[in-house]
Amino acid sequence: MSYQPVRFYQTGTFTVGNRLLDEHDRTVQAMPVRANSLTSGHRACQGCGEALGARYAIDAAVAATDRQVIAANATGCLEVFSTPYPETSWQIPWIHSLFGNTAAVATGIAAALRVKGREDIRVIAQGGDGGTTDIGFGCLSGMFERNDDVLYICYDNEAYMNTGVQRSSATPPAARTATTLPVGPAPGNVFGQGKYLPAIAMAHGIPYVATATVADLHDLEYKVKKAIGIRGAKYLHIFVPCPLGWGSASHETIKLARLVTQCGLFPVFEAEHGEVTGVAKIRKPIPVEDYLRPQRRYAHLFGKTPATETLARIQALADRNIRHYGLLDDAGARR
Amino acid sequence: MSTPTNKPFAITLKVGSSLANKTGSWRTFRPVYLDRMPPCNHQCPAGENIQAWLFHAEEGNYEQAWRQIMADNPFPAIMGRVCYHTCESACNRGQVDQAVGINAVERFLGDQALKYGWAIEPGKPTGKRVMVVGAGPAGLSAAYHLARLGHAVTVFEASPKAGGMIRYGIPKYRMPREKLNAEIQRIQAMGVEIRLNSRVMDLPGTLAAGGYDACFLAVGLQRGQQMAIPQTGGLPVLDAIGVLRAVELEEPVALHGHVVVNGGGNTAIDVARSAIRLGALSVTVVVRRGREYMPAHPSEIREGLEEGMRLLNLRQISAIQDRTLILEVMVPVEGGQIIRSGQTETIEADVLVQAFGQTGDFAAFDQLPGLVIADGAVQVGPDLMTGAPGVFAGGDMIPWARNATAAIGLGKKAARHIDAWLRGARYQPRPKAEVADIGKLNTWYYSDAPRTVRPLLDVVRRTSGFAEVVGNLDEGNALFEARRCMSCGNCFECDNCYGVCPDNAVIKLGPGKRFRFNYDYCKGCGICAAECPCGAIKMVPEEI
Repeated sequence: MSYQPVRFYQTGTFTVGNRLLDEHDRTVQAMPVRANSLTSGHRACQGCGEALGARYAIDAAVAATDRQVIAANATGCLEVFSTPYPETSWQIPWIHSLFGNTAAVATGIAAALRVKGREDIRVIAQGGDGGTTDIGFGCLSGMFERNDDVLYICYDNEAYMNTGVQRSSATPPAARTATTLPVGPAPGNVFGQGKYLPAIAMAHGIPYVATATVADLHDLEYKVKKAIGIRGAKYLHIFVPCPLGWGSASHETIKLARLVTQCGLFPVFEAEHGEVTGVAKIRKPIPVEDYLRPQRRYAHLFGKTPATETLARIQALADRNIRHYGLLDDAGARR
Repeated sequence: MSTPTNKPFAITLKVGSSLANKTGSWRTFRPVYLDRMPPCNHQCPAGENIQAWLFHAEEGNYEQAWRQIMADNPFPAIMGRVCYHTCESACNRGQVDQAVGINAVERFLGDQALKYGWAIEPGKPTGKRVMVVGAGPAGLSAAYHLARLGHAVTVFEASPKAGGMIRYGIPKYRMPREKLNAEIQRIQAMGVEIRLNSRVMDLPGTLAAGGYDACFLAVGLQRGQQMAIPQTGGLPVLDAIGVLRAVELEEPVALHGHVVVNGGGNTAIDVARSAIRLGALSVTVVVRRGREYMPAHPSEIREGLEEGMRLLNLRQISAIQDRTLILEVMVPVEGGQIIRSGQTETIEADVLVQAFGQTGDFAAFDQLPGLVIADGAVQVGPDLMTGAPGVFAGGDMIPWARNATAAIGLGKKAARHIDAWLRGARYQPRPKAEVADIGKLNTWYYSDAPRTVRPLLDVVRRTSGFAEVVGNLDEGNALFEARRCMSCGNCFECDNCYGVCPDNAVIKLGPGKRFRFNYDYCKGCGICAAECPCGAIKMVPEEI
């Protein structure tokens, strides 16, 4: 990771800020004058990871561009909870598109700005995993292929939550969804299938692809700032736990985002032109079970007869990520 | 047909901010900020607010940190050396990597104060006079706190110098005398009078003659105890307290040849290590129980062994025959008990020192009506007052934890009760906050940072003289060590709550002012409490 941890101070590396840190070592979120792009009064559930991730990302973009940001937003939770007509929680220029065409709308905004000679204004497209990996996938792939000057941010909560928790192509194997019949004999996607969009984005060879979570704010802000400064197509995939859809406690949102990285199921990395250039190492390795158990969507794995075979397959997915991305240091952990 | 030009396109309702939607009404639990009791503070027998002074030290504000210590304990330079720092055993950081070196930072702060001459002003004079008997840690602590409260204090001390057991029971290599003298002089500079070589023989008479309004007794336990061992021949048998006192007074003491010390406490180790420095041929410490059950502090034992002290555990001296000690081997059995084995061995000795606790001499107080002496101690109430009105007691002479740190705490406690008594009131201590145990912390946020170890004098140098063994932190690593504090239970303004709230319902009040919840929008999700590193937020049920 290019983000350098703050040495020899007990919390400066991981906390939002700290009274003793230099200002430039604190996050945007620590600033008393942060933009609060997504302000209070929105209708997101208690402990919503997406509301948190969106404010983190857009505030970072606003800070990095001196407020010169326009966002297009796909249909989905983020749009529904932030803008029940006629109210809005957005404190930036923001447009709601259809469910599937956000990338195309953002492309159009970028084209218009180019014509007007306002390339100082940066464009963001954002949506959930449904709008990104399923419904908007064609427009997004086109945006990548044309290398349009847009930062696309996907807030991945691993299902369609706004409509009552249906499976998306980003729903992990064995994760139960409420009203979608399983594709195979078990809930969630079939093992080995589903779409992992960061890898697909990398396959387009675009200038910048990165993953992040709401559990590591310094890392997330670093990636937004870096991406927004690059000309061309950028993709940022942010892992945002959903207490409603996952059946987790509202106070465990950040904890789950932390556990998913520490078990290896969600690799945090960045890539330029299709090559991985940086990886966030695992600091305190845990088995996948520690991440799965607090979520009711996985409760069927932990009944009277634990689904040891399924758990082993999920652990194998994590182990593969750890090997593939080199998530463990030689010493086993970092920082 | 109207064509409003100032209205947004295709909008019929007036656009507004979601701030109109007070989502606070969803809440069933509300977060509240609180200050919990850090385990170190909870443990400290002197009642120091350790977390608070480390907080100032973290900022490099050493004088403020020192003043925070001085609110409870007038002897940071002394305590930073001789306190057995049970706070560090309680420290939550010990369960993350290693406990914070509280004792080392305290010593650094104490020495900074002496270096820069920081002083404490006495309180506004009240016109009341208090007599203190005994210039040990308890008596001097009480005198200091009474002076801060504005009372005129006179301390009567039987010995030629003040300091009590810190001077006469703790060798120089652990407690350099210039630091001890300086911290006592600082109390004298506040107007406290110390009368040396002034044993109080007649307490009621002295009280009346001096016109004192109250009195604090803190004479300690002065006599070493001996264990009766059948003896033939003329082997010198000394008591440890007398030996340490003689060493301090530079009186001749027969610690030469093969020295054997009987006992497993800190005093035994002090004698052994002093004997090494005085040139004994060999020094052997005989302890009845196993090493893990010795009351002596592990660091004292370790340093003693490094210096060449020999330790014989599970041995009991059963007889002395001329220069030969008969040792019986003891066998550990279940439950930490030991039994005699009947098997014996012998060692040679030129002198035997017995280190088996102390007893007091309270003859001077016998005449005082109401004062009760029982079980070898002066009996006191919860306010430390004896049966005699206005006469309080503390330190080793009352039934309480008997160490210098506890004595300092008792001196403070007594001063507060005496102050209240002089005003015709009762001192009410504040109710204690709940303890911030490790379960209330989110330790993820603390970077791994190993403890800074104070340099030790190399063994050759320390066995040849009474130079101080444990070195000091310098400013750089003292700051680092202070910053390892996890600030258990007390906000240190890391901005986590402010950052992690999905509803922007935390208001940052600025440096030193912490944060406030905006209950108009707080939905009560509890992320702030879960992600607070130090456990300074609590979720409480809403009254619905």
